[in-house]
Amino acid sequence: MGRVADRAGIQFRLLNRRKGPAVQGPRTQADRALYRESMLAEVKARPGLDVIQGEVIDLLVRDGEARGVVLADGSEVPAKRVVLTTGTFLRGVIHIGDEQRPAGRMGEDPSIRLAERLDDLGLMLGRLKTGTPPRLDGRTIDWDGLDRQEADEEPVLFSFLHDKPFVRQIACGITHTNSQTHEIIRENLDRSAMYGGTIEGVGPRYCPSIEDKVVRFEGKESHQVFLEPEGLNDHTVYPNGISTSLPASVQESYVHSMSGLKDARILQPGYAIEYDYVDPRSLNSRLELRVMPGLFLAGQINGTTGYEEAAAQGLVAGLAAAAQVLGRDAIRFDRANSYIGVMVDDLVTRGVTEPYRMFTSRAEYRLALRADNADARLTEIGHAGGCIGDERWAKFQKKSQEVSDLAGRLREKTVTSRELAGVGVKVNRDGPKRSLYDALSISGTRFDDIEQFLDPGQPPFDPLIVQQVSTNALYQHYVERQMKDVALLRKDEALELPADLDFIGLPGLSGELATKLDHIRPETIGQAGRIEGMTPAALTLLVAVVRKRRTRTKAS
Amino acid sequence: MDTIFAQATAPGKAGVSIVRVSGPAALDAGRLLGVDLQPTDRRVARLIDFDGSLIDIAFVLAFANGRSFTGDPVVEFHLHGSSAIVARILSRLGEAGFRQAEPGEFTRRALETGQLDMAQVEGLADLIDAETEEQRRQAVRVLDGAIGDLVESWRKRLVRAAALLEATIDFAEEDVPADVFPEVRELLSSVHSELEREAQGTEIRERVREGFEVAIVGPPNIGKSTLLNRLAGREAAITSEHAGTTRDVIEVRMDLRGIPVTMLDTAGLRDADDEVERLGIDLARKRAARADLRIHLVSSDTEAAEPRLEDDIVLIGKADTKRFSGMVGISGLTGLGVDWLVDQVASILEGRLRSAGAATRARHASALRDGSHMIGVVLEKIDQGDIEMVDLLAEDVRSASRSLDTLVGRIDVESLLDEIFSSFCIGK
Repeated sequence: MGRVADRAGIQFRLLNRRKGPAVQGPRTQADRALYRESMLAEVKARPGLDVIQGEVIDLLVRDGEARGVVLADGSEVPAKRVVLTTGTFLRGVIHIGDEQRPAGRMGEDPSIRLAERLDDLGLMLGRLKTGTPPRLDGRTIDWDGLDRQEADEEPVLFSFLHDKPFVRQIACGITHTNSQTHEIIRENLDRSAMYGGTIEGVGPRYCPSIEDKVVRFEGKESHQVFLEPEGLNDHTVYPNGISTSLPASVQESYVHSMSGLKDARILQPGYAIEYDYVDPRSLNSRLELRVMPGLFLAGQINGTTGYEEAAAQGLVAGLAAAAQVLGRDAIRFDRANSYIGVMVDDLVTRGVTEPYRMFTSRAEYRLALRADNADARLTEIGHAGGCIGDERWAKFQKKSQEVSDLAGRLREKTVTSRELAGVGVKVNRDGPKRSLYDALSISGTRFDDIEQFLDPGQPPFDPLIVQQVSTNALYQHYVERQMKDVALLRKDEALELPADLDFIGLPGLSGELATKLDHIRPETIGQAGRIEGMTPAALTLLVAVVRKRRTRTKAS
Repeated sequence: MDTIFAQATAPGKAGVSIVRVSGPAALDAGRLLGVDLQPTDRRVARLIDFDGSLIDIAFVLAFANGRSFTGDPVVEFHLHGSSAIVARILSRLGEAGFRQAEPGEFTRRALETGQLDMAQVEGLADLIDAETEEQRRQAVRVLDGAIGDLVESWRKRLVRAAALLEATIDFAEEDVPADVFPEVRELLSSVHSELEREAQGTEIRERVREGFEVAIVGPPNIGKSTLLNRLAGREAAITSEHAGTTRDVIEVRMDLRGIPVTMLDTAGLRDADDEVERLGIDLARKRAARADLRIHLVSSDTEAAEPRLEDDIVLIGKADTKRFSGMVGISGLTGLGVDWLVDQVASILEGRLRSAGAATRARHASALRDGSHMIGVVLEKIDQGDIEMVDLLAEDVRSASRSLDTLVGRIDVESLLDEIFSSFCIGK
């Protein structure tokens, strides 16, 4: 997905560029057509992969395990493992004002029979909703009077394999809602599907519809709206910030109330969509359903929202399914090695109450989980799991070598504090000698300041390597501190609870907690500890169970 | 989970001795001894041995799951206080497969079931060990959850500060307050100053647990040991007319108006030829300097005392044998001035106690100081406008919060448990 997003990216922007690298996130706007083309090309280039288009209405099951799917035309597709990614299609209903119709998304049928099939499995299903804004015709927007947001001058790409965009970069327009816009929305609140009470699903708190914003931030007179072109050769514009479920006529009038949009034509009205999701606590950490081995779920069906969230789950489920078929160990993502691990752990141990979106604050080891070191964290794990290409592996090894060489040289060379202070490093002049690496770890030190202390006569340093080493140095003390916590976490994660453990029958557990544990079925003591309402007593009890089992296994 | 048992009262002859049983099978202990108990029963019952013979007639109490000291089902046997009865009951329980409790295990279970937090466990230990009124007052406040309440109030503010910082990270382009730093600063500085105050008070509170040290210092043969003996009401230090008798530091623990005090009798301060005595004098000077308060005895109103520190008391020693003016005299022999001295020492120490807060242990102080240090770092950065690296600011606030959590034992408990529980006796 990263590679394809890079190919289709028409506006790369690094979020939080001015804040610390640990909270920076690359973002791009993708050209829809380019994205579709490149993704299809990637898929087609994969040997042994067939693409079949059709509606899945049922599962093939043998001995209680998923063994393929049945299509609406009656044909069967047998498979050793199945990954379901239903998006917003499961019993999807679209709402525009008081108008509602069953649909998976605009212009497509919902998936009803598959939802009923899932009902039969006795899973806990819930309803969530998400909203979209009206799509505008860019040719009818008065761009001249609007502010613009340009792409980054030095774009940061998604994939470590790429260093510059593939296509022309564009700017977005910026407009704002105003008191008239808010007035129109307020007058028509009762006609909004959300406020009219026709939607039962829960929407996210953090990505509110424009109705929501007007009501919740009553004191705010204006909200920013980004006008994002959907492609280089596409006049469709996505007005980011005004998703809605008001009637189409109301959408017309509030859109026209905004600066630059007086004559804007709506190509497709905004709408809210409600859909089924499966309580992700019925999954194990490989995203496989416990009640039906061989069936994996990924994406919005697990209660998440967002592209990266969906892609990451597809990766976890796909890798795990493939590993099972190949008889290998699945790759383990955990809270200390990746946001993927944080998300999956959150989903399967805590479940969701609103569409789940990834935030950096969800990660307790955030300073170690940075976008800039994703390659260092995960490439070797991926390589061991057999999913890293030769090109990436070679590039990674080269970079690792260069990073450790430079870091090594900086560690070896020590300089007096007086000299360091002389070039602007924030140290006490009378302090002890320090290595250049330590100097680099002091906030505000730039590599250029201290480069002069390195032995001359070396080839010039690759700026990307310099940047990586500088970032690593900046965080080293914090990361070292966090690694101690990580060691504790890993200890708990190593204590695996037996898959067949009968929580209900364990003496000493409260009925409530036993039911909860039985429902969530934590795989490790670490996971059990993160379950809401868990008590130290119950944890101690579980640890005792694990130990007892171990001794028994050893004895037999 | 095992069901555990132990004698909850002191061993030996007594009016009543209590044996406590805790765990899922606690009610079975009643059945074993011929008493059919409901989860919340209390009654007088005949305790029967395996052969049907009577062991004792006892008062038996049952506490339901979640409503007992340990949080588990508990049964208590209030027996006639004979070692033989207790021994018979204990061995009967042991034979039936119940497990003898480890030291402190009942309390440990209370902690694990959430009946007590870490600070409360420490408060309980102190309460049981309390010898003086001030110690009791302090310990019972901790047991009542005073520290937990404080931590909760700090935590709330830190969580709010962290949330504001996080908002600037995750919602950069959405609707967040324009500038969160004034509020973050205010939240953090209020917590910071409270932590500092509490940490300073901890030292004094620690004295209440351990006892204040008060040193009696002065030249040889000025009546230091006699004064100590008078204060202690017994012959603790060897006294003789021969100068230089006390070569080591002699300590006597006492209760001065409810405040625990360890009185130190030190070697007489003089230039000694004797090597051993000189070592003793060295030690005396160091110990005296470290003490919380010093009582200097001098031989006349014109003599200069050893270097004095704040609050130190200077008295004329052996006052019954001398004439002097402008100073208070004291005599351990006749008791002259002793009541005045006790009042004086008690009121100085009470004054120090009044300013102290709820935290009572060195462990508390170090958690408070760690938290305060982290917050101090963030405040300094905010004041210097060094606020771009929000991720590092947020991490420091998180660390502060974590280190306060250790006060009530929410995290990193395991490393503390053994140390704390090893100070408990079986049955508590």
